[in-house]
Amino acid sequence: MSRAARYRLAFVAAAIVLLELLCRIGVIDHLTMQPPSAMVRDFVLLMASGSMNHAMLKTFTNVGIACAAAVIAGIVFGVALHGRRAIRQVLEPLFATYYAIPVYAFYPLFIILFGLGDAPQILIGFMLAVVAVIVNTLNGLDRVSRVHLKTARVYRLGPIATALKITLPSAAPYLLTGIKLALAYAFIGVIGAEFIMSRTGIGYEISFAYNNFDNKIMYPLILLILAVSIAINAGLSHWEQILMQRRGRS
Amino acid sequence: MTAKSWPATVNSLILIAVLFAAWQILFEFAGSQAMTAPVETFRYLGHLLTTETFWGHVEETSRAFFFALLLAVLLGLIIGFLLGAHRFSSEVFEPVLVAFYSVPKITLYPIILLAFGLGLPAKIAFGTIHGVVPVAIFTMGAVRNLNPILLKTARVLRLGPQALVGSVLLPAALPEIFTGIRVGFSLTLIGTLLGEMFGSQRGLGYLLMNAIGLQNVQLIMAVTLLIVLFAASVSTVLIVIDHRLHRRVS
Repeated sequence: MSRAARYRLAFVAAAIVLLELLCRIGVIDHLTMQPPSAMVRDFVLLMASGSMNHAMLKTFTNVGIACAAAVIAGIVFGVALHGRRAIRQVLEPLFATYYAIPVYAFYPLFIILFGLGDAPQILIGFMLAVVAVIVNTLNGLDRVSRVHLKTARVYRLGPIATALKITLPSAAPYLLTGIKLALAYAFIGVIGAEFIMSRTGIGYEISFAYNNFDNKIMYPLILLILAVSIAINAGLSHWEQILMQRRGRS
Repeated sequence: MTAKSWPATVNSLILIAVLFAAWQILFEFAGSQAMTAPVETFRYLGHLLTTETFWGHVEETSRAFFFALLLAVLLGLIIGFLLGAHRFSSEVFEPVLVAFYSVPKITLYPIILLAFGLGLPAKIAFGTIHGVVPVAIFTMGAVRNLNPILLKTARVLRLGPQALVGSVLLPAALPEIFTGIRVGFSLTLIGTLLGEMFGSQRGLGYLLMNAIGLQNVQLIMAVTLLIVLFAASVSTVLIVIDHRLHRRVS
């Protein structure tokens, strides 16, 4: 472990200990926040009870669908768009301002259009995720070096072989950046939509527990979401770095 | 005329026309039960803007957004400058910031509400935690990657800390910092609106939530349109300034 990572770990640990102390001596009262140790205990109890299994399954399935759809649609669209200069230029301002628009503002409309089932949440997750994939796919394809493509032509590789042996490995780190963002955004989108209005899912359970002042359920679920999103992000970032290094070396 | 010579404004106009056409087509499919047509939506928005109650909501949202953005930028700059000036601490904290960025912050909403209570402070806090991270990350990166020559020159000229920040660090890092503020602007807007959707009896977010309950499609469409118009136009202006700043430096 690097020195920076050790310090980071120490910092996070210190912050948790501080929070524990503040809760224990009553600076933060019990109704507002429970001490982290109690949260972890409640978390274990809640997971063991299995009462959240349905909500978790629902949320993770919807995130999975939204993310997979965004990755597939984003890459297909990105590849199709690459090299079509005129269309790309027209869409450029859309990509540039897309993330300035609060996607959640469309959620009420989706509820009216599709009802209160899974579709509006998945759609919000998809909408948040897909543009990140498109933009990063285009970015990756733009950065495939000309020399490599020329080499492919010298070796008389066909289009499929070129795509598999040259374009894909070269663009892979950028594609992975897109996928990483897609997963994070799909997660944010689905959880947010569940939180705003839905009938099931972890986001819904958190807001339900909040409305009932049920800290024994609310804090463990918040902990779960934080842990899952941070773990996913850390894992994919690590992989991304490995791919980036490999690309740099070749 | 080739695609290459089209100016950016023409591209934007084409894009806007395409989006409105898509909206109209969607309307023909979905029907007037589910959504309103573009022209009608503009007309209703125009009507809303003449009523005093609506302006009250707009004012409330604007106030919360203004303070949230102010806080996000100030805190982001402070965090960014402190961490960026010291390479090791930026190595320690950058992953923490990035991890926080990927977390669905909506799950933290109950904690914010419990800490700040219902009303303006909670909305501002929620907007701020969304916007502060990009400002901090971009500022940190900008300060860390400053050309060392600039710092050496400042030392040769014996600039005090105030002059160092004012006439060397800030101008050199400004383009990157501005990009951070631009991203922070969008996220703060999302955060503020989300905040209003739950812990509020006033503001545009509250109007949206309320309209879902009443199945008031007209109101949902008009408010969504207003938010999108605002976000897209401000973000376009910010992008133009952003490009200019970057070009001036390079």
